Amino acid sequence: MKSPILMGKIWVLLGEKGRLIEDIDTDQIFHNAFLHITELRQMGQYALGNLGGWKDFPGKTGPGDIIIAGRNFGAGSSRQQAVDCFKSLQTGIIIAPSFGAIYFRNAVNSGFPVMKCSKLVDLIASGLLKTGDEIRVNIRTGEGQNLYRKEALFLEPMNEVQYNLWEVGGLFSYAKKMKQD
Amino acid sequence: MGYTIIEKIIRGHTDEEVRTGEIVWMDLDVRSARDFGGPNVVKNFYREFGDTPVSDRSKTFFTFDLCVPACTLQYADNQQVCRDFARGRGIKVFDVDEGIGSHVLIERGLAAAGSTVVGTDSHMNILGAVGCFGQGMGDVDITFAFKTGKTWFQVPESLKVFVRGEPSSGLSAKDLTLSIVKQLGTKKAALKSVEFYGAAVRNLSISGRITLCSMVTEMAGITGFIPEFKDSVASEIKSLSGEEFNHPHADKDAVYSDNITIDIDGLGPQVAAPFLPTNVKNVGDLGRVKIDSGFIGSCTNGRFEDLKAAARILKGKKVKEGVMLKIVPATRKVYKQLLEEGILKDLFESGAIISNAGCGGCAQGHIGLTGKGEVQISTGNRNFEGKQGKGQNYLASPEVVAASCILGHIAGPEDI
Repeated sequence: MKSPILMGKIWVLLGEKGRLIEDIDTDQIFHNAFLHITELRQMGQYALGNLGGWKDFPGKTGPGDIIIAGRNFGAGSSRQQAVDCFKSLQTGIIIAPSFGAIYFRNAVNSGFPVMKCSKLVDLIASGLLKTGDEIRVNIRTGEGQNLYRKEALFLEPMNEVQYNLWEVGGLFSYAKKMKQD
Repeated sequence: MGYTIIEKIIRGHTDEEVRTGEIVWMDLDVRSARDFGGPNVVKNFYREFGDTPVSDRSKTFFTFDLCVPACTLQYADNQQVCRDFARGRGIKVFDVDEGIGSHVLIERGLAAAGSTVVGTDSHMNILGAVGCFGQGMGDVDITFAFKTGKTWFQVPESLKVFVRGEPSSGLSAKDLTLSIVKQLGTKKAALKSVEFYGAAVRNLSISGRITLCSMVTEMAGITGFIPEFKDSVASEIKSLSGEEFNHPHADKDAVYSDNITIDIDGLGPQVAAPFLPTNVKNVGDLGRVKIDSGFIGSCTNGRFEDLKAAARILKGKKVKEGVMLKIVPATRKVYKQLLEEGILKDLFESGAIISNAGCGGCAQGHIGLTGKGEVQISTGNRNFEGKQGKGQNYLASPEVVAASCILGHIAGPEDI
């Protein structure tokens, strides 16, 4: 059994005005110029490569880091690479108030954790969530904590399908497991 | 309690109980992959399922529409990977000559009303224009669909939008669509199936329906339906696909998350300014915006009717010196019709560049890119920063693009 507890340092995707950037689309996450790439390990270097102020993200982040993003993260195209580039960087989880519908599916199918939190904007405005803080989240229950600021966080728990897919490592593993059962 | 259109379609494709918010496994009538995403699907398939067949080759397709014909070695390789896979399994490829996959599926009668279709294209929901549930998906989903013919889906909430009022005469479906995008933004329709009602949308042709349904993606919605239609639309769809058109209807007591009325009374030409499709203004309120280029095409506005509307304005006139007008028909069938009706000649003589059918205007690898500082007016559906190059993209109707290219600045057709 994988532990549903994830811990990591956070990156808060703030824009010029110090607010969470909303509607980040898949061309800002993984530009269409690189869609010919099919190797996971080559994808990380392009993550957020077209998002103003964040183009140097791949060089700064490390395995297990957690991304905090604005609402409708991953709007736009259906490209799997926009999820896989974060898998390539070994990002731990992405948390946002909401996600683009296809983006969310793609993440679920990849077994990559994405979770919703409706309170992010308030938490950031109150200074309770800043880049560099370390947080812990239980993806099963949605309970979390900012370990640095000793503040509780509440996320929307994963639904059954999403959790099952995460647990087995994605849709393909799930399909094979279904066959065995 | 009754069912909405999306619930009815899903109910027709699963044995599980269909309730809003619940996840069900549903059957797919058609699954497809493009030259973006397709090679990843093939790679996933070999890795996960080895040299085994797909679940039903008669329901599985490749549609090449992005980098057509391939302009780089990588795309040439990627397309060939898909062709080899397809040939080995008896899968039909709509190759680089055919045009935009979703449009080809409509033309070939592969997107029947009430059916379920998936593909590696986030504008697959344009199939809502013909009453089909089209869903864009990533390559993991599509690989799974190739192998099993099934997918999981969370039954979305439905939003009922009533479009009230009379647009000013000659207003295009794109103006109507942009106005709706402006009023719904990316929040009100987010993650929902949207049903559009009202005379203005009922009167839309199939090409206008495609325009509106395609931009449900830019409203952050799942899919859009226009259940009321004129007889002419039914016969147009029949002549296009050879299939009878029976759009599914929502039950009278169907449950919607919200009812929204949008007023379009007296609406004039619209334009979405950089860098958001929701940043919509009246052309008249824009001030003088000089342009370097124009683009007419895309899955949103690449139908025969769209190009004909542009040609009506361009015929006998010239694209202003120093302005490039790039035109990409949606499909080979559209191209043929343009050729046969002499419209290609009108467009050519105006100074426009006309390419073979394909996506165009939306990604690197095909026509419609902009350089730093370049201002382009486009009939596409997205104008996010950096998407089509380093320039600025304004989104508008074919008529507005044509008029703007003649004048050299953004203008409505009435300014000609």
